[in-house]
Amino acid sequence: MLKAGSVKEMIQQKKKATSSTSVIEKAVPVLLFTAAFISVLTTIGIVFTLIIETILFFRQVSIAEFFSGTVLRPLSRVEPQYSILPLIMGTMMTTIIAMLVAIPVGLTTAVYLSEYASTGARKVLKPMIEVLAGIPTIVYGFFAFTFVTPVLREVIPGLASTNALSPGLVMGIMIIPMVASLSEDAMSSVPNAMREGALAMGCTKFEVTFRVVIPAAISGIIASFVLGISRAIGETMIVTIASGSTKNFTFDVTQSMQTMTAYIVEVTSGDAAAGTTIYYSLYAVAMTLFVFTLTMNMLARYISRRFREVY
Amino acid sequence: MTPATPKPETITRKQSIIQPEPDTGKPLVFNTKGLNLYYGKTHALKDIHLPIAENEVTAIIGPSGCGKSTYLKALNRMVEMVESVKITGEVLYRDSNIFDRSFKVEELRTRVGMVFQKPNPFPKTIFDNVAYGPRIHGIRDKKTLKQIVEKSLRGAAIWDEVKDRLDENAYSLSGGQQQRICIARCLAIEPDVILMDEPTSALDPKSTMKVEELVQDLKEKYSIVIVTHNMQQAARISDKTAFFLNGEVVEYDATDTIFSNPSDKRTEDYISGRFG
Amino acid sequence: MEYIDIDRVKKRMDKRLFINKMVKGIFFASAMFGLVVLAILLYRVIADSIGWISMDFLTGLLSTSAERAGIRGAIIGTLWLMAIVGPVTMILGVGTAIYLEEYAKKGKIHSIIQTNIANLAGVPSIVFGILGLTIFVRLFGLGASVIAGGLTMSLLVLPIVVVAAQEAIRSVPSHLREASYGMGATKWQTIKNVILPASIAGILTGVILALSRAIGETAPLVVIGIPALLIPVPTNVTDNFTALPMQIYYWTLDAVLVAEYANLAAATIVVLLIVLFILNSAAILIRNKFSKRY
Repeated sequence: MLKAGSVKEMIQQKKKATSSTSVIEKAVPVLLFTAAFISVLTTIGIVFTLIIETILFFRQVSIAEFFSGTVLRPLSRVEPQYSILPLIMGTMMTTIIAMLVAIPVGLTTAVYLSEYASTGARKVLKPMIEVLAGIPTIVYGFFAFTFVTPVLREVIPGLASTNALSPGLVMGIMIIPMVASLSEDAMSSVPNAMREGALAMGCTKFEVTFRVVIPAAISGIIASFVLGISRAIGETMIVTIASGSTKNFTFDVTQSMQTMTAYIVEVTSGDAAAGTTIYYSLYAVAMTLFVFTLTMNMLARYISRRFREVY
Repeated sequence: MTPATPKPETITRKQSIIQPEPDTGKPLVFNTKGLNLYYGKTHALKDIHLPIAENEVTAIIGPSGCGKSTYLKALNRMVEMVESVKITGEVLYRDSNIFDRSFKVEELRTRVGMVFQKPNPFPKTIFDNVAYGPRIHGIRDKKTLKQIVEKSLRGAAIWDEVKDRLDENAYSLSGGQQQRICIARCLAIEPDVILMDEPTSALDPKSTMKVEELVQDLKEKYSIVIVTHNMQQAARISDKTAFFLNGEVVEYDATDTIFSNPSDKRTEDYISGRFG
Repeated sequence: MEYIDIDRVKKRMDKRLFINKMVKGIFFASAMFGLVVLAILLYRVIADSIGWISMDFLTGLLSTSAERAGIRGAIIGTLWLMAIVGPVTMILGVGTAIYLEEYAKKGKIHSIIQTNIANLAGVPSIVFGILGLTIFVRLFGLGASVIAGGLTMSLLVLPIVVVAAQEAIRSVPSHLREASYGMGATKWQTIKNVILPASIAGILTGVILALSRAIGETAPLVVIGIPALLIPVPTNVTDNFTALPMQIYYWTLDAVLVAEYANLAAATIVVLLIVLFILNSAAILIRNKFSKRY
């Protein structure tokens, strides 16, 4: 048992040890700041490596050729040509196909969950749809390559064994949960008073949804589309596996096309020695990819802030 | 423009009403007969019998939680938005039971407009807010829409204040103005009845006065049911008053009678401020 | 003058109600679409893997013969990866979150770090691969080793942990904090003894979700040059390694040459999905079990 006053003594004893406490108190914020700064360093690291190596690339290949030519032939011994346009085309085509799936399905799924489903149905459906988002992209790649492409080839006779269509569709499915959950968030934050106001005028649920809720939530919905596009542009494994590596400057999605991401994979999987033009081209392509996705992400944030409705 | 369908000539009143019914000789828009409403297990409305006459203002008063808002929302079936709600009995609107399976709730709400406690304009322009209903009903012609918007805004006594800013967002207006926009939005579909759920409780005294004056004007053309917390307001603007307590109608009579000579002790207690 | 014609309203009503009903059906079908695809995907993978998952497959080493091939190396490689990503993201993520929530003043530095984390979360994983290749593999000379792969993955999933930890810390009620300060505790003592214990469930959930993202990611590993065929199993952080998604990748590509590789890829997918399922269940369990009500 402690005698009266012993707690006081203990506190006093403790005070003698205070000097070590205050060292800790001073050291901790520094350590924590260091941890926080690592994420900033990561960004700096990304930006610097991309910029430096991209500059080295443009010493060997002209910017004009890179952005205006239509031929990408890095491995040619006779006359290698470096144009990013075929890759941008491949990225664009797969992204467009993906969004043709993800936007309508994602948005209508969100509408169903937010406006039509009962509380019970929503509780069951929502986590199940989110499972789709948790499946690794490599699994989708396998699915596209070994299932979707063969099935599509039954229907479309001219479809090549690697093509832009199949990975585009599968990528769209992968992005559905993202569009659905972000759009649903936006719609759920529209106050119920708006819905009641419209319903009390004799509107059907459909009219309430499309004339009141969606217009009121439009900024969040569009932001979800933009983020979906950004995701599609940066997606790698599905297109690497199922879209092939032909550097085609074409709109024909039944043929093999290479995306920016798939090109990076191709170059790094090969044995491109550091210092060669083909090695540097990797960074120039990655830089373009980085700028595209960063722009999309910032655009999405800008849209959802700038056009947020006040109720 | 084609005229509205003629209103039904005869109103049958076979059903006996428990409350003494003031004979005004006016036809009824609503007649509630034995309405019971449950939220899950809570018995929120108990055997309500209540007539609501044409071109009158009927006020519904009572302490919080007495079921007055629930009753109002039963009249346009907005109460069904609550998932656990259960209803028995009937509410006749112009002689047909609104709870009949064949009765279309959208049609009912087209005829019975509602103004809410808090102004709830849509996040659109003033013009689009008012033109919302007519557009739903298929009116696309720009000129007709303009006429409807002007007529409705005039009807809601706010035309002069907003006529130069119809393209502004309705949320740029003050609370009182927003509420009158909501009334105009309601008028634009030319309803038969307007339900008002404590329409002035979120407004300052000056805006409240404007809305009250407006209600007086509106009863020339519309039948109005207004739920209010404010007894002076009920006394000022209504022709009939129903006093609700614990889900029951305690007393229903001409407003003057209710406030000067109530027949029930509980009504007297409430209006003299002894509870509630 | 009357503008609304009741007869017309009534006539239109049926059309409007029909559209409403039809659209509701379409929306429901659309919500089910994703689930149907999910079911097909799982069915395909499981059907392809039947007969291929066995003890020998799980513990066997890689082989060019499909019948004898096993994924022991990939499983151990993935475990190594988790062993690096877990602690690294926990330390860096929680440190960052504490700094942002408890120390940083709401000003420029705070908003720079916060915006930076939001932006990093949107950077494609392959770009992190390039960062790992340039910095860890080449500049630091770590090669395609466990440590290089682990650090690259850690940076990739760090935002997940930071955001989860921030939310967990923010949800610690202020009266607990005030009670601790009121007894004379210092800031760090309060964080260590009150805030971290109260937010541990949210933090752990975040770390587990980050782990499950990390073990499914393929692109950064491909880019930093994780080899396709690797016979020795890693025993050390500086050893070369392979991981489950890499194995899936190569077998899927080579299925064109050897049809059975598709079955091997499917079997590996099933293993990966089971691991992910266990991790996510653990996250849900932790969240439910430790979520205290204040």
